Amino acid sequence: MGETLTLLFGQTVQMFLVLLVAPAITGITRRTKACFMRRQGAPVIQPYRDLIKLVRKEAIVAESASWLFRVAPYLIFALAWVAAALVPTFATGLLFSWTGDVIVIIALLGSARFMLALAGMDIGTSFGGIGSSREMMIATLAEPAMLLVVLTMALAAGTTQLPGVADFLIAAPFTVHVSLALALVALVMVALAENARIPIDNPATHLELTMVHEAMVLEYSGRHLAMIEAASQLKLVLYVSLIASLFLPFGIVRVEAGPVAWLGGGAIYLGKIAGAAILLGIWEVSIAKMRVFRVSEFLGGAFVFAFLAILLTFVTREVLK
Amino acid sequence: MNQAQIYDVSHLLAGMMLVASFALLYQDRIFAVLNIFAAQAILLAMAVGWDAWTQQRPHLFITAGLALGLKGIIIPVALHKMIVRLGVHRDVEQVVGVGRTLILGLALTSLSLLLVLKITAAAESYTREGLALALAIILLGMLMMITRRNAVTQIVGFMSLENGLILAATGARGMPLVVEVSVAFSVLIALFVFAVFVFRIRERFDSVDIEALQNVRGDTK
Repeated sequence: MGETLTLLFGQTVQMFLVLLVAPAITGITRRTKACFMRRQGAPVIQPYRDLIKLVRKEAIVAESASWLFRVAPYLIFALAWVAAALVPTFATGLLFSWTGDVIVIIALLGSARFMLALAGMDIGTSFGGIGSSREMMIATLAEPAMLLVVLTMALAAGTTQLPGVADFLIAAPFTVHVSLALALVALVMVALAENARIPIDNPATHLELTMVHEAMVLEYSGRHLAMIEAASQLKLVLYVSLIASLFLPFGIVRVEAGPVAWLGGGAIYLGKIAGAAILLGIWEVSIAKMRVFRVSEFLGGAFVFAFLAILLTFVTREVLK
Repeated sequence: MNQAQIYDVSHLLAGMMLVASFALLYQDRIFAVLNIFAAQAILLAMAVGWDAWTQQRPHLFITAGLALGLKGIIIPVALHKMIVRLGVHRDVEQVVGVGRTLILGLALTSLSLLLVLKITAAAESYTREGLALALAIILLGMLMMITRRNAVTQIVGFMSLENGLILAATGARGMPLVVEVSVAFSVLIALFVFAVFVFRIRERFDSVDIEALQNVRGDTK
């Protein structure tokens, strides 16, 4: 009984931890970009202020909006939050982790994207429609690569449960695995595309014909926009945590170790994601956005890397059998 | 150093050579193609050198040195000069699009891995691994020669194919040194022949696009 309570408590801590750090990650990335552009930049806590301001403001809904338009932000937020709760952050073996593996996470994110695309088309403006259509194009290219990366890891660890994969990698002796390196490159490329970052999409603009994510949410305001912003920040944290837990799994503790050990795991986790946010900022200032028609080549590259990773894993397994 | 770590490093080097082959297929800027080719040759030299060191086969160091000197340095520099003299700094034209080329490349790689791993089941693990990846690199080099229209990148495709051959020869025991040295120098000779040929093509047709040769065929009229 006591153990179940610990597991439940750990899961609750994780759910609120990801929710609390999500805006800070966006804030750190923006601050890094500002520093590199020799601008002063907004403080790191600015995204929190933005969210509070948006929640307080009046939500304006277009006349032609259906019920879907009002429901979608809450659904998207809930789906992103549940998905983020399933990724190991500071501890493995949390209560929810046995209810869903990494394929469930991909499915949850896919559902969130489906809702967002529907909401983008609901009002009937041309911007929303073009945004939805491009989002779907990116999704169809990114998802196969993502699944292949996941299958590579599953093949190596023998399980599709993320905590199981992380535990396996912590326990494994340190060696150079070329397939893991390829999977990492592929996953980073997919993460950039899925989170609407440069070079696929520019998160810092509302006024470009090439925008994708912002085009879909153009009609949202007030608390609806706050939900969507929070969901996309959660999604960024999810991908960063996923990469950290699969490729830098050191410092993750078992949940049974108790709250004192969690503090150590939590501190290392916060360090890892803050480092990732700074790297993302540096990446974004040092590269230009791609033309929309080159996105397929970029994600095709991710697919090739993921496919090679799985082929090389297969060779290793066959040869060393 | 234990057996697993030795295997991991040689797997890493051969795997990176395969990645370089895909990068060659993907890349459409001509100088970048040359740089990737040089990187592949250096990886080859490292892979052969690693084999020589871990398996006490010192004559392989000569092969590694030849790969590094000839294909890592001399041939890329020569091709670089050739491109500058030909004045073809522009993008490489491809017959098939990048997406289809890469999918074909993945199919060829899967095919060669499945084939070699199946028919060499009795051999030892280094040979199987080396042969499987080498066959993939050879097929990708052939694919590159087919999909490119520019004569210079076709040469790079041929040289990359030859990288695969050397990788295969390293995996197999009993390749005499004489053969390896003569192969290495015949590749150098091939480069001279290609170079002369490319300059002749340019002189005759004002282009190194081999589409121009189609007009010389008797049946197109």
